[in-house]
Amino acid sequence: MNVIPISYYLVLSAVLFGLGVIAFVFKRNVITIFMSIELMLNAVNLAFIAFARAHNQLDGLVFVFFVIVVAAAEAAVGLALVIMLAQNRQPLSVERMNHLKL
Amino acid sequence: MPILDHLWIILALPLAGAAINGLLGKRWPQSRVNAVAVGSVTLSFLAVLELVREFSQLTADQIPFVGTYFTWIIAGPFHVDFALAVDQLTVVMLLTVSFVGMLIHIYSTGYMAHEGGYYRFFSYLNLFMFFMLTLVMATNLIVMFVGWEGVGLCSYLLIGFWFLKQSATDAGKKAFITTRIGDFGFTVGVLLVFATFQSIDFGTIFKSLAANPISEVTLTTISILLFTGAVGKSAQLPLYVWLPDAMEGPTPVSALIHAATMVTAGVYMVARMNPLFSRAPIAMFVVAVVGAVTAFYSATIGLVQTDIKKVLAYSTVSQLGYMFLACGVGSYAAGIFHLMTHAFFKGILFLAAGSVIHAMGGNQDMMKMGGLAKKIPVTYWTMLIATLAIAGIPGFAGFFSKDKILEAAASGPHANLLLWLLGVAGAGLTSFYMFRLVFLTFFGTPRFDEHQVHVHESPKNMTIPLIILAFFSIFGGWLAARHFVGGPDYFERFLSPVFSAYAPQAEQAVGNPAAESAMAESPALALFHALTGWPVIVAVLGLVLAWWFYIKSPDAPKRLAKSAHGLYLLLLNKYYVDEIYAALIVRPLLWISTRVLWHGVDEGLIDGVVNGSAHVARASGGRLRELQSGNTRSYASWVLVGVVGFTVLLLVLFVTGVH
Repeated sequence: MNVIPISYYLVLSAVLFGLGVIAFVFKRNVITIFMSIELMLNAVNLAFIAFARAHNQLDGLVFVFFVIVVAAAEAAVGLALVIMLAQNRQPLSVERMNHLKL
Repeated sequence: MPILDHLWIILALPLAGAAINGLLGKRWPQSRVNAVAVGSVTLSFLAVLELVREFSQLTADQIPFVGTYFTWIIAGPFHVDFALAVDQLTVVMLLTVSFVGMLIHIYSTGYMAHEGGYYRFFSYLNLFMFFMLTLVMATNLIVMFVGWEGVGLCSYLLIGFWFLKQSATDAGKKAFITTRIGDFGFTVGVLLVFATFQSIDFGTIFKSLAANPISEVTLTTISILLFTGAVGKSAQLPLYVWLPDAMEGPTPVSALIHAATMVTAGVYMVARMNPLFSRAPIAMFVVAVVGAVTAFYSATIGLVQTDIKKVLAYSTVSQLGYMFLACGVGSYAAGIFHLMTHAFFKGILFLAAGSVIHAMGGNQDMMKMGGLAKKIPVTYWTMLIATLAIAGIPGFAGFFSKDKILEAAASGPHANLLLWLLGVAGAGLTSFYMFRLVFLTFFGTPRFDEHQVHVHESPKNMTIPLIILAFFSIFGGWLAARHFVGGPDYFERFLSPVFSAYAPQAEQAVGNPAAESAMAESPALALFHALTGWPVIVAVLGLVLAWWFYIKSPDAPKRLAKSAHGLYLLLLNKYYVDEIYAALIVRPLLWISTRVLWHGVDEGLIDGVVNGSAHVARASGGRLRELQSGNTRSYASWVLVGVVGFTVLLLVLFVTGVH
């Protein structure tokens, strides 16, 4: 049986992560930025699973569960914040969100 | 031996008096302040008397009697005990200081009665007594230094006692700073003593000095450095300038500190360190020359001063010069003898001058006095006795001591004809200016408005100390009287253990009664020689000249001043020494301090560094602040930059194989 080499997964993971970073830096909408964060997290998850498979160990899988849990919590809190922000100021642009600055 | 075992009592009494009056005296009535101040000093004097009684019962090998109270400093081999000692020299100094001090305290209760800050004055005066007694009882250089600086502090405080008067505070600062120059030399001298002898204890130093030869260069350096301290403290050339200005202080202060006791500390110190000085002939010569020149030089200034206290101030400088002359020609005993008699008669002169000023309602200008003899007879008679004493008229104390000094300068172990000549000339001038003072003040017709100035004799508490001191101004010198009929000098014999115990071998014969009697002539002839010697002749000459100038033909001084105008101006302006010092030292120093140290170093360098570092911090902070824009994407970009940078670093390390 032909096994797909690990490098393929890693390259995919790197590409996804890179896309996430680029989106994070260049997008202005908060929700899009959230999505790009999720993209980066999942790119990392992919790398974890690929390594877990390659080394036949469970550690990577356990890590992935934790990441998913944390991502869920973060999305819950983050989206709640976004909603509050959206109620108070219309454009959800991060460039306007500097009110905690001294 | 109650007092010998508790020497500290003598010191503790005036210290306690100072503390009590200083802390509590502000609200007290004058009588209570008096009781504390005079009481403590009187008790201290009684303790000294008891000490002398006990001291006379000691055997020769128990002297000096040392009392060690606690260890003060230990640092490696440097060991300082707070220890006091009594030997013959200390006894003489203790008696003089505590006795004159007590009388001046009593006098002050009258003189200062109408002044503000009464408790403060007596607190300082008691503190001064404490430090002065510490100075004379110290048995090592460090404890002596405590007393030495302490009396300087009290001198400063008391000169500037009327601190609202600009001239008084200036004079206080001048005294403090000028003596500090000398004290610098003294301090270095003390350090050099320790470096040479590994000890600062007098006994140890002298013993090792007698046991092992030490290079004369070292001894000369030490002696001259120590003498520098004496020059500052005892107002000799070239550091005498502070003493005439110190007359800004209250008159009892001038009498106690700037005539009788503190200024003689330098003489005492030189006498105390006699084994060192005796082994350094060059230093001895320096001491003698400085003394003789000062004695003559300041006497010439005294000739033309019109302020009664200024005349006395220059006279003090001059008499201190005689004491140093005595030490310099190797006759320490004569120096100490003159110190003692001087304390008596100069004490009177100042106190009587204070009484005159008191009577004149504050006027110090002799040109505005005259004819006071009948109005204030006690002051007049006591001052006349003191004047006869300082002029060296036979029979009075000053005659015996001054004659002994000049005799030592003429025929002692380090005799020097030129110095003797200066001394004799100075004696003539002394007689002249002192009688000038008496004639101007007490004789002739009053030169003030008698309706405005109510001349009155001083109260009893001022006149009684005068009378007591007058008694000693006559008979204080008779201790040495038998010397003048070829017999032994009791004073010198009493002090001889101090000055011959560690003297160099060649000089041990001096002060030895056997050697003295060997050269004795018949008593009558000796007396005749003493009474017709040059010092007496010039003293009488000075008296007659003063009488001629200021009583017989009162116009003569003015005519002389006109015909020798340049010289007169030179003397009147005190040789322009203050101006020369101002131009050569004070102003350049001020310029350097202002321009270089203040504007340059302080404002430029120190402020520059402080302000500069603050400026750098603020500027860089301002730049770094811009990183925290609040813009999420810029933060993200920085995180990215960090990640990329860190990854590149890891890769580089990985590739090059460094872990």
